[in-house]
Formats: sequence, structure tokens, C-alpha cells
Amino acid sequence: MNKRRPYVRSMDGWWRKNPFFVEYMIHEGTALFVAAYAGVLLAGLYRLSQGEAAWNSWLDALKNPWYIAFHLAALAALSYHTYTWFKIMPRTMPPVVVGGERLPGWVITAGGLAAAAASCLGLLALVWGMAR
Amino acid sequence: MKAPLKRSNAPIFWALFGAGGMLSALLGPMLVFITGLALPLGLLLPADTMSYPKMLAFAQNFIGKGFIFAIIALFLWHAAHRIFHSLHDIGIHAGTGAKLLCYGTALLGTLIAAYALLAIGF
Amino acid sequence: MSEMQKTIEIEVLRYHPEKDREPHRQVFEVPFTDDMSVLQGVQYIKDYLDGSLSFRWSCRMAICGSCGMMINGIPSLSCQTFLRDYYPARVRVEALAHFPIERDLVINMEGFIEKLESIQPYIIPKEERTLAQGEYLQTPEQLNAYEQFSSCINCLLCYAACPQFGLNSSFIGPAATALLHRYNVDSRDGGKAERMELINSEEGVFNCTAVGYCSEVCPKHVDPANAVNQNKTNSAADYFLRFLAPKGGAK
Repeated sequence: MNKRRPYVRSMDGWWRKNPFFVEYMIHEGTALFVAAYAGVLLAGLYRLSQGEAAWNSWLDALKNPWYIAFHLAALAALSYHTYTWFKIMPRTMPPVVVGGERLPGWVITAGGLAAAAASCLGLLALVWGMAR
Repeated sequence: MKAPLKRSNAPIFWALFGAGGMLSALLGPMLVFITGLALPLGLLLPADTMSYPKMLAFAQNFIGKGFIFAIIALFLWHAAHRIFHSLHDIGIHAGTGAKLLCYGTALLGTLIAAYALLAIGF
Repeated sequence: MSEMQKTIEIEVLRYHPEKDREPHRQVFEVPFTDDMSVLQGVQYIKDYLDGSLSFRWSCRMAICGSCGMMINGIPSLSCQTFLRDYYPARVRVEALAHFPIERDLVINMEGFIEKLESIQPYIIPKEERTLAQGEYLQTPEQLNAYEQFSSCINCLLCYAACPQFGLNSSFIGPAATALLHRYNVDSRDGGKAERMELINSEEGVFNCTAVGYCSEVCPKHVDPANAVNQNKTNSAADYFLRFLAPKGGAK
């Protein structure tokens, strides 16, 4: 007579039980801010298509303290996304061999973060150049 | 005998997720800073950086259209994929419903962006 | 007698299916010396306190992969985890997460064995080779491409770490993918196309959401997360380019 009765444990609240998973949920959660910010831009684009008055009222709305607060939070969230994106990048890439040696993970992360910094500054320079 | 394996269509959404994730990682923080903080608060940049004539010209330009479309669409597809998987992670296995909600919203946003960019003209 | 014998509390999740409806915790007081592993603590319980405690172990030197368990909620090899790092606090011990508990600390790993078999874990030659051709030659660089993935001891800590496997037990999972990758990138092997079907399937690599905890807990530094995520790129390439390849890639 088979006396086996394997017990399957619940997965409820799994991510709350380990700090590693809590951080994982946080960095996955930055997507909410990516979506929300894209929504703000989409609203602006739509206003732009409706003409000057609509566009200017959108620009004014962005000055609202609630929007400023949202964008401060979004800045933090997207910056954290940038950091965690490049932190995990070494795990997603095949080994990069330079001069016979494998590049360690931190070099790839540092390279990615440097590229992000350069891209951001480049964007700022471009916008500033176009605004003059 | 095990059932034959079904090929997953995940690569489509994963590729969009990856592209959007990379774009938002490289440019996201600065975009938020410029449009959401610098310009409304009058920091660093000239006040008329995003004035109607300037923005219209940018959006009427091919490259400008491409840039605006890429940012909005890829950010939305990146977020949709991540949010869909996060719902699964926290125990909401609404399956097709959740998939339609997440990816459907991204699709809707993509279509609205395309429509608006075309309406703005060249 | 010179010193008072120090003791440490080990709390074990017990489950005997013939008499228990569900698992329950039991605390044992175990004599402590600072050279003791958690495995030795659990062995003391079985030898002196409760002979009915069931658990797997063998080499006690972190190479056989038998003694994996949750120690304070973290997937660990009990022979490589030391009581002194917790003393004087209580140590919580439980069967590896995400697997059905057979009895006490023993889990049902049949599903994992099936996954290992399904990936064809052997060299599938690129072409017919006679004995007269002699052995394969391999450069250190070619060995380097797969060596870390061959270090897996099948301890299942990565499966206990993977929440996606916990949420979907049909997911092929970290160790099986690492082994699959080990063969795919071995210069002697020509079986990549045959193994693609598993990777591309709904049980395949896209269940992974890059949590990365599997690689954190791996005692042999196999980096299964790397194997899984590299194969997302391979699978996507296969998906988008399949109509270009003469044989159409995997089904």
C-alpha cells in the first residue's frame, strides 16, 4: 500500500519572506513609473496634435505640484531601473573575452552605466542645442 | 506519453520588453528630468525649449516622429511585459484577461501615438 | 568538567504522511561546538533525540548535492552551513522550497530527474566519427566555454531559489538549462537544434524573469541564470529567423 502523500506548500507571500525578493519586486515595480511616464508623454503628444492652445494647457498642467511630485518619484524610479538593468546585464550576456580573459560582471555593469550617463548628457546637450 | 511541446510566442513580447528596457535605462532619467522637472520649474533650459512652434517642428520631422514614437511605444511595451509578469508573481493569474489588459493597453497607446503623429503632419 | 556544554536550538519542519495531515515545527536542543555544520546538528538529532527524522546526505563536503535544505529561509547545503554563524539564535530548518515534501526534509525530485533526461545530457556528435579518428581535441578556450556549466552537482538549491519554478513546476528551470547549455556550447556537440524545442516551449526559458537568485545560491558558481538568459536570446533568434533557415529550425 502506497503510504506516500507528498505535501505541496503554498507560494502565498513568497516575495515578502526574503530581502532578495523584496528588492526584485521593487525593481520590477519601476515599470509602473515607466508606464505612467509614457502615459504623460502620450497625453502631451495628443495635446500637441490638437493645436497650440491644447499644448500650452498641457505644459501648464505639468507645473502642478502633484505632477512635480510624480516626476520626482519617476526620476527616482527610472534611475533605479537604469541601475538594476545594468546590474543584471552580465547575467544575460554570453562571456565577453578580451585579451584571453573573461570580462568580470562589474565591468559590464560599469560600462552600461557609463553609456547611460553619456546618453543622458548627450540628450541634454541635444535639447539645449535645439532650444537655442 | 507526454503531450507535444508548444512553441511559446514570448519572444515577441520579450524583444519589445528588452528594447524598451534598454531605451528607458539609457534615456529615461534625463527625459523625466527635462520634461517633468527642468522645464516646468524653469531650471537649466530656456523657457521656450518645448514651445508649440518648436515641438510641432520636431514632431513633424521624420526623425522627431521616430524618436517620439520609439520612446512612447517601447516604454509602454516594456512596462506591459513587466507588469504582466509581476501580476503573475504576486498571485494574480488572470491569464488571458491580464494579458489583454497589459498588452492591450500598450497596443492602444501605440496606436494613439501613431495616429497623433500622423495627424500632426509633416 | 571544565565548561558548561553550549546548546543551540534547531527548529525542524516535520512531516510524516502516515500520521500528519500537514507539516509542523519541532524544536530540538542540540549540543553545540563551533565546528559543527547544520548537517551535523541534524545528524545529532537523528542519532540521539529522534531517530525518525528523515533527511538526505552523503559526502558531507559539498560535492554530492544531497543535503540541500532551507536554512533560515535560504536554500543551502547543510554540510556547508555552520551553526556558529547563527549561535546563539535558533536555526530554522525546512525541506527545499518549491518541491513537494515526501517526509521531513526529504523532497520529491522526480520532476527534476525527468527534466534532466529530457535535455539529452550527452554529446550528440556533429557527424559520424570512427574510432580510428581518435579522440576529440579541445583547446583551453573551448573548454572554458562550457566548464562552469559542467560543475553542477544537481543539489536543487537553484530550484528552491527560483520563484518562477515555485509558481510553475513545469518550468524547465535553472540547473536543467545550465546542463543543456553545457552541451550546446561544447565544441564536440552538434545537438543544439534538437534541444531548441525544449527551450522554445511554454515550459522553456521565457518563464524566467531574471530574478537571479538561482545564481546567488549556487554552491558551485555555475551561474544558471546566465545559461537561462543567454538562451532567451538564442530562442528569440530561432523564433524570428526560423523561416530563413533551410530546415526551419525547431518546430
